[in-house]
Amino acid sequence: MSYLAIKDLTVRLKNGVPLLRKVSLEVEAGEVRALVGESGAGKSMIGKAVLGILPRAARLTGGKILLDGEDLLTLPPKARRERIGAKAALIPQDPLTALNPSRRIGPQIIDRLVDILGWKRPKAEARALELLDEVHIQDPGRVMKSYPHELSGGMRQRILIASAFAAEPKLIIADEPTTALDVTVQKQILKLIREMQERHQTALLFVTHDLGVVSKVSQTLTVLYAGKVIEDTNVRAFFEAPAHAYSQALLAATPKYTDPDGSLMPVPESIITAVEQEVAAFDAQLNG
Amino acid sequence: MPDARGQIRRLPGLRLWLSGGWLLLLVLAAIFAPMISPHDPLEQDLFAARLPPFWEQGADPAYLLGTDSLGRDLLSRMLYGARLALTVALVAGTLTCLVGATLGLIAGYYRGWADLVISRLVDIWMAFPPVLFAILLIAVLGTGLTSIIIAIVVIDWTRFSRVVRAEAMSQGAMDYVASAQVAGRSRLGIALAEILPNVLPTIVALLTLEMGIAVIVEAILSFVNLSISTDQPTWGGMIAEGRTSIYQAWWVLVFPLFALFLTVLSFSQLGEGLKDYFDPVLR
Ligand SMILES: Nc1ncnc2c1ncn2[C@@H]1O[C@H](COP(=O)(O)OP(=O)(O)OP(=O)(O)O)[C@@H](O)[C@H]1O
Ligand SMILES: [Mg+2]
Repeated sequence: MSYLAIKDLTVRLKNGVPLLRKVSLEVEAGEVRALVGESGAGKSMIGKAVLGILPRAARLTGGKILLDGEDLLTLPPKARRERIGAKAALIPQDPLTALNPSRRIGPQIIDRLVDILGWKRPKAEARALELLDEVHIQDPGRVMKSYPHELSGGMRQRILIASAFAAEPKLIIADEPTTALDVTVQKQILKLIREMQERHQTALLFVTHDLGVVSKVSQTLTVLYAGKVIEDTNVRAFFEAPAHAYSQALLAATPKYTDPDGSLMPVPESIITAVEQEVAAFDAQLNG
Repeated sequence: MPDARGQIRRLPGLRLWLSGGWLLLLVLAAIFAPMISPHDPLEQDLFAARLPPFWEQGADPAYLLGTDSLGRDLLSRMLYGARLALTVALVAGTLTCLVGATLGLIAGYYRGWADLVISRLVDIWMAFPPVLFAILLIAVLGTGLTSIIIAIVVIDWTRFSRVVRAEAMSQGAMDYVASAQVAGRSRLGIALAEILPNVLPTIVALLTLEMGIAVIVEAILSFVNLSISTDQPTWGGMIAEGRTSIYQAWWVLVFPLFALFLTVLSFSQLGEGLKDYFDPVLR
């Protein structure tokens, strides 16, 4: 059974404008699923809905979220918070604001262990040191005492990974964890996420707008456009022959690792129009 | 570039030392006023009226800074005046800060109806001219130290709540808050452990600024004779008295005015310096 199953999830702004349109996707236990789409497609919104941190302006108006077989939306708020805290974690999109700039690294990781597992501080501190070591941070003792701004982007991302895995969640939502990093660091971080995911056997929902990294991290993928699922398939099938015209255009617009400077086709106007029409037709059905 | 940055970083240090030094001097003066004052601040001696400060012709070395029109020793009166000024600064400043920052934090982080109520209150408050508001309040509460402190808190809490609300709101949108929420931390826990440390440098700067403002407000109220009972020396009261004899004895006006100016300036500079000190990114 899937560890995370989202069914017909609909999220709207308070004024009724839909941000997510009956989204369904599943992540098997221990599996990596990529969630792909251009900026504004609603990728982060899906993660926020699952983790119960939707922005104030947005409202969940329909659908189900099953985490480890349990329907989160039918649970009372307190129980829901506890389930999510114990079973899921987030590697946030923006590494600059993902760590509290006014607090040292140590306490920020220790907090996770105290909040979720109820550990005593000394035990949590020892574990935090181990975790930093596990994400290949040299001199974890010094890093624990540092402030975020004293560390490089790559280091910060390693720390965020350590702290996401800290309480052994079985689902991690990584929201574009490498977007802000330069290419070499990006590769190291991708490798690290894969390594941690495999070692801990975590289900991973890997959000990205970069098809180029998809084949490196995931087995399955979901393509999103304007909050609607366009394609849900496995990675090999997708790269051999994407089913949807929009996916094909998206793939053509992605630089190949084998040929990074090769000619790129932007997604053609006609295809955008077609997919927009598809979404509009879906909306009519949704509202009517 | 490193040079320029080095300069910018050294400057707050000097600021901190100068302003801190003056304020420390004031604190000592306030604490030890009864011991170090050369005269009784209330003792009148009409034969020694309007004596100039020591460096002027006709000065009496027993009255270092001279005397006022009633022959009271200016130095002693200033030392006792420091007591009241500092008490008002510390107590009113701290209370205003506590009230304003708490409301601002609630409005900015909890949002919802609490924010609605607090923000409307701030809007209403902003419509009152503060000095008139103060005089009105004192008229209602009666004169006296407690009334002054209450008046300052009631009038000035919005200064904190507006800024803290805005900062708490922007911090609340950061990803580290989202991560803490996912981990199941309570709202109060997040407000205190995650948001507050980020707003603290601003709160500290505002707090010291507020202390300076409290000193001014007390002086203004003394000036219009609405502060403490008239027989207690206050800087504002001295300035009011000095004004009437400015052409015969400038020193009666100038010394307390200068002390007031230095104190208010020191509080604001101390705030700027401490803000940098409290901010891990700038430190
Ligand atoms: N706080 C908010 N209030 C109102 N609308 C929002 C808010 N956050 C996001 N949106 C809207 O929701 C839609 C989906 O946003 P989301 O952040 O999920 O996109 P994304 O796919 O993650 O994009 P990106 O790749 O830029 O991160 C966008 O159209 C965005 O404008
Ligand atoms: Mg996003």
